[in-house]
Amino acid sequence: MKRSLLSKINEYFIELFIKACGISAVIFVFAIFYFIFREGASFMFGKFKPIEFFTSPEWYPTSQSHIRYGALALIAGTLSVTTLAMIIAVPFGIGAAIFISEFCPLRVKETLKILIELLAAIPSVVWGFIGLTIMNSLIIKIFDVAIGLNVLNGGLILAMMSVPIIVSIGEDALKAVPDTYREAAEAMGATRWQIIVRILLPAAKNGLLAAVLLGVGRAIGETMAVLMATGHSIRIPSSIFDPVRTLTATIAAELGETAEHSEHYQVLFIIGILLFAITFVINLAADFIVKGIKNKK
Amino acid sequence: MVRIYTRKLYSVSIFLLAIIFLITAGCLHKVNVDESGNKAAEVIQCAGSDTIVNVAQAWAEKYKEVERNVSVEVSGGGSGIGIAGLINGTLDIANSSRKITAEEFEKVVKEREHEPIEHIVGYDALAVFVHKDNPLEEISLEELAEIYGEKGTIDRWSQLGVEMPPGRDKIIVTSRQSNSGTYFYFREVVVGKKRDFRLGTIDLHGSKEVAELVGRTINAIGYTGMGYVTPEIKMLRISKRKGEKAITASIETVLNGTYPVARPLLIYTCGQPPQHVQKFIDWIYMSEAQNLLRQSGFVPLKTEIAEAK
Repeated sequence: MKRSLLSKINEYFIELFIKACGISAVIFVFAIFYFIFREGASFMFGKFKPIEFFTSPEWYPTSQSHIRYGALALIAGTLSVTTLAMIIAVPFGIGAAIFISEFCPLRVKETLKILIELLAAIPSVVWGFIGLTIMNSLIIKIFDVAIGLNVLNGGLILAMMSVPIIVSIGEDALKAVPDTYREAAEAMGATRWQIIVRILLPAAKNGLLAAVLLGVGRAIGETMAVLMATGHSIRIPSSIFDPVRTLTATIAAELGETAEHSEHYQVLFIIGILLFAITFVINLAADFIVKGIKNKK
Repeated sequence: MVRIYTRKLYSVSIFLLAIIFLITAGCLHKVNVDESGNKAAEVIQCAGSDTIVNVAQAWAEKYKEVERNVSVEVSGGGSGIGIAGLINGTLDIANSSRKITAEEFEKVVKEREHEPIEHIVGYDALAVFVHKDNPLEEISLEELAEIYGEKGTIDRWSQLGVEMPPGRDKIIVTSRQSNSGTYFYFREVVVGKKRDFRLGTIDLHGSKEVAELVGRTINAIGYTGMGYVTPEIKMLRISKRKGEKAITASIETVLNGTYPVARPLLIYTCGQPPQHVQKFIDWIYMSEAQNLLRQSGFVPLKTEIAEAK
């Protein structure tokens, strides 16, 4: 069949368009990095004191007498909330992934997967609202503490937000383990528990690790929910009932009001660079680990 | 086959183009239409202090009845946001619960080529409050400075002579986020101009949140504008020094200047505003608007209005 000139032209443009879409993702990532860096750069290579930034908890960006940009308490806030979230989310997430991929009857499996995907689609501000109202009063009642907006609250909310990611990626990793492994193990007389602990988990460990790391990335980058649930208080927490403030919440709360290109504005962008670096490293690590699985096969 | 495929693609792309066209057309032709369907001739953009936002919204509602073809759009965000909007030229009026700083003043002059003009539209008294079951009745500015200030010496209720249930002796200090006008004003008057807040205060994002948290927490202390006080919390009488007479926050004590933590509510315009904006500002000074101010828990400019009704 002969193709008309029109359809040839058409195809040319469609090809061009799809190519542009593909390249655009690369351009966007670099552009984002470039612009964040540009906003913070002149201060970063000027008056910025990295030692104070990383070692002092004193965050006084609007002080009249002595402006200090110490981000240690903010870093500690982010780390404490993320760590707690992972302590809760990893066992739950991996457990759910094992259940869905190994034990679940087919019909339940479909329903569960849809529900978990739904959980991932809940907007973070809704999570924050749950933290602010329901979790806050629950924590006050159950643990008899004065304030329910604290590390525990933020950690629980973040755990619930990262569980769906861990489950869906973890389940894929378990599914990728060839059935022959399971059959061989069963033929050897292994119990189901033995199959999971000794065969499946070691075989899928790269994929599961990648799932966990992506969950960590989600937890570190989360802003709105932690802004509402953690109490927004600058301090290095000594228990899970202390309110804290995270890096992301600081940017969200303060960036809107700073004058453009002021020192404060640029320091917030330096925090942005720090967050970008952290998530970039985590995603890169996850990527390499996933690649590790493929090469092995 | 190929032809059918191409034709389908055509119709899809034409459809997409049509949608894009409609959207752009919609954007270009955005008009402000009021309820009656007539074009609202003028819009006054007005934003800033969260303290003022409620009363400003009440003014905007009422002003619709006064001037049918002027619509006032109000939003909050903090005094800093209002003044930033003045600098960027996106606002006609900036609401502020603090004075414009010299730096901000210079920026407005530089960016807009007009000096900002200040109008005092009322007064706000900051209430310092505790949970309603807290036995404390009064407090001095000195004690507040030690509770709120950096390296302050008071962090337990027992130091103020208040007995709390076991495990609740620690004072939970609530404050506002660092761009809030209320935060700036409290720091200036209570903590001290050259001193900073202590680390570890719980910085909430709005006056209402502060009142709510203190209302739920027996060992907390907080401050907001007088208009936000709820039945769950108790305002404290405030004295300048320990031993001096403590003053209750009320319209009278603010107007006669005895209450130590009161401040003017300000609105800023950029130079002489256009006529429709000036008309709105003139209206704010009239008794109708001043009454709305009083109903929102603020202190109007004149005692006659305070006493009327």
